[in-house]
Amino acid sequence: MAAVANPVEQFLRSERIPHIWCPGCGIGTTVNAFARAVIDSGLDPLKVVVVSGIGCSGRVAGYVSFDSFHTTHGRAIPFATGLKLANPELTVVVYSGDGDLSAIGGNHLIHSARRNLDIKVICVNNLVYAMTGGQSAPTTPETANTSTSPYGSFEPDLNLPKLLDAAGASYVARWTTYHVKQMERAMLELLRKKGFGFLEVVSQCPTLYQRRNGMGDGLESVKFYKEHSKVKNDACLDDLAMDKIGEIICGRFVDRDRPEYGQTMREFYQNKLGAKYRAPEFQDGVLV
Amino acid sequence: MKAAPHGVLTGVHFINGDAACCEGAIAAGARFAAGYPITPSTEIVERYAARAPQVGGTFIQMEDELAASITLQGAVWAGARAFTVTSGPGFSLMMEHICYAAMTETPCVFVDVQRAGPSTGLPTLPAQGDMMQAKWGSHGDYPIIALCPNSPQECFDLTIQAFNLAEKYRNPVMFMMDECVGHMTEKVVIPEADEIDITPRRRSPDAQLFQPGEDLVPPMQHAGEGHGIHVTGLTHNERGYPDLTIASQDKLVRRLHDKIALAAEEIADWDEEDIEGADVAVISYGITSRVAQRAIVMAREKGLRVGRMRLITVWPFPERRVREIAQKVRTIVVPELNLGQIALEVERLAAGNARVISVTHAGGGVHRPEQILQAIEEGAR
Amino acid sequence: MAKGAVHITVDRCKGCAICVEFCPTHVLALSTAFNGKGYHPPHVVNAEKCSGCDLCGMYCPDFAIYGFKLGKQGVAQ
Ligand code: SF4
Ligand code: SF4
Ligand code: SF4
Repeated sequence: MAAVANPVEQFLRSERIPHIWCPGCGIGTTVNAFARAVIDSGLDPLKVVVVSGIGCSGRVAGYVSFDSFHTTHGRAIPFATGLKLANPELTVVVYSGDGDLSAIGGNHLIHSARRNLDIKVICVNNLVYAMTGGQSAPTTPETANTSTSPYGSFEPDLNLPKLLDAAGASYVARWTTYHVKQMERAMLELLRKKGFGFLEVVSQCPTLYQRRNGMGDGLESVKFYKEHSKVKNDACLDDLAMDKIGEIICGRFVDRDRPEYGQTMREFYQNKLGAKYRAPEFQDGVLV
Repeated sequence: MKAAPHGVLTGVHFINGDAACCEGAIAAGARFAAGYPITPSTEIVERYAARAPQVGGTFIQMEDELAASITLQGAVWAGARAFTVTSGPGFSLMMEHICYAAMTETPCVFVDVQRAGPSTGLPTLPAQGDMMQAKWGSHGDYPIIALCPNSPQECFDLTIQAFNLAEKYRNPVMFMMDECVGHMTEKVVIPEADEIDITPRRRSPDAQLFQPGEDLVPPMQHAGEGHGIHVTGLTHNERGYPDLTIASQDKLVRRLHDKIALAAEEIADWDEEDIEGADVAVISYGITSRVAQRAIVMAREKGLRVGRMRLITVWPFPERRVREIAQKVRTIVVPELNLGQIALEVERLAAGNARVISVTHAGGGVHRPEQILQAIEEGAR
Repeated sequence: MAKGAVHITVDRCKGCAICVEFCPTHVLALSTAFNGKGYHPPHVVNAEKCSGCDLCGMYCPDFAIYGFKLGKQGVAQ
């Protein structure tokens, strides 16, 4: 018996493990990085809240022992918005998938980045709708075969970092499940950054994406990321679109300071209203 | 528990129903609102946006109603009493999250100031076409509580009641106004804070998040309190963990239903007059009840024996009383600004004991009292 | 003496071999034995080479393995 524990263990609802994710799926790998980043951050884990939408990545909320909310499809961000605004002491992390966050939840993604509310978004991008059986997502690279693009996709895909930059996010980065150390550091940066942060983790879905596209199993996928990724922190955001077999540019693309929504709002009203302003106040855990 | 004084605008006001609803919410302790503009409900959040920073509240205008209807639920789980406000088309979008609130037992209030639909319909003239949507609009089987005010004063009083019921039963409550009541300006008396009863949030540091008490309602814990809570829209056990079995589904869905069914008599609220000895009873709600009142006066002038029942709670439906009335009178007349939604419910409960005449109106205006009078006369024959 | 060691929760493993591939010092190999779920879990084949870097732990999608440093007496640090 080892004298130390797996760092992730303290943040798992161990009674719910093994999880439902397939062998070689990348989602669990991202959770390892997240757990280690929370430890590194020194944050009080009891004040860290994880909010997920629907999908394979949306199941993260159910496996981590933080206060966690498994919400509806696409709406993790607005739910997180309510949590964070009502209790600014919470560190609110949205952990969800690409389809959930950028398709059905795309509108919320844009507007939350614009507001710059202090929410940390971890987007596990497996390029496909996995939970429902491998359908095309806005992130599916052109030519990739999915169950709803059986002859290959002909739609252009969404360049998430560019979208988030344009919308105003304070922090935008992308790594893959190959880059476990960089991912951990990026998650730490995300947790420390005040404002709306977005980390895209390109992650394999061996069951429904890689296999269907002749790209092998989980192991082959991570090797593919190793071979095909390139770190470019100062990359031109236009170059970040992913094609099926081309380069995956990784790095930290945006790290800027913009006024954070919640704090700005409270200061704004205080200045405008002077003595008439009344700060939110909790009594026995309920806002009065 | 009594209302917090800083949220109560004690005094006599001359305000419309929308403003009164907003003041009711603030008096009830609503410290969070998420909204999206839509007439004729917008005045409620416009007023809340101005009042919130003065009462320790937060308002956010979201990018759509899909967002607003779950943003408020996030706020509830952080410890706020919260509401959102909309009308017809926005109410349709919010259906996504009414069942999420029911499933996760999130106490919150949805205000729908009804306007004429379907679709964009007649913006923004009155209707009562969302009554069934309030009950059935979300997918799946879930219980709902819905209240229906007929005056600005009731917009104040019953909004407080809506929040209290939400907390008492850990359930979403629909506040079903209509354009007329929302835009009608009348005297509204706001009492002293210590005269306003507030139902506190049901809290327990030890109970599991979905472990019901005797009345089948579980107490709540919030995020950040150290309980490691988990909340999901999936079928779950008392710990809140997904439990995807038919047995668990049966247990959960039935408990959700039963907690409201058990309290249905207590929740049901109406006022009535002269039912005893009446040949005809008029059952109505919202603005239509005020038009019906005129028709009843006219009928009495003609010597007809007419009683009335006005629904204050629409869901759960006051079933027992409607059954009784059906045994006392010959005919029940149900005027409403739709093509007969509540009339169906009345017909079901009358079960052939009384004739039911539905007095319909497609919305955009209100009935002429004569239309209702005509139905009363026919029913008395 | 090895600078590190690993702990393997055999029954959590789904046999993806990612830990085996990305261990920088090739400490691990998939065993020929099956675990309770029918997968081949990793086992240690080069114990003395383990640095305790925990890369295996960072990769493992199933929280089934992790590495840790050993002190002079061979006890976990
Ligand atoms: S379907 Fe894909 S994304 Fe979902 S658990 Fe399996 S491998 Fe992971
Ligand atoms: S701790 Fe490092 S060296 Fe040891 S087995 Fe794991 S990856 Fe290899
Ligand atoms: S990475 Fe984990 S699941 Fe995969 S083989 Fe190694 S121990 Fe097993």
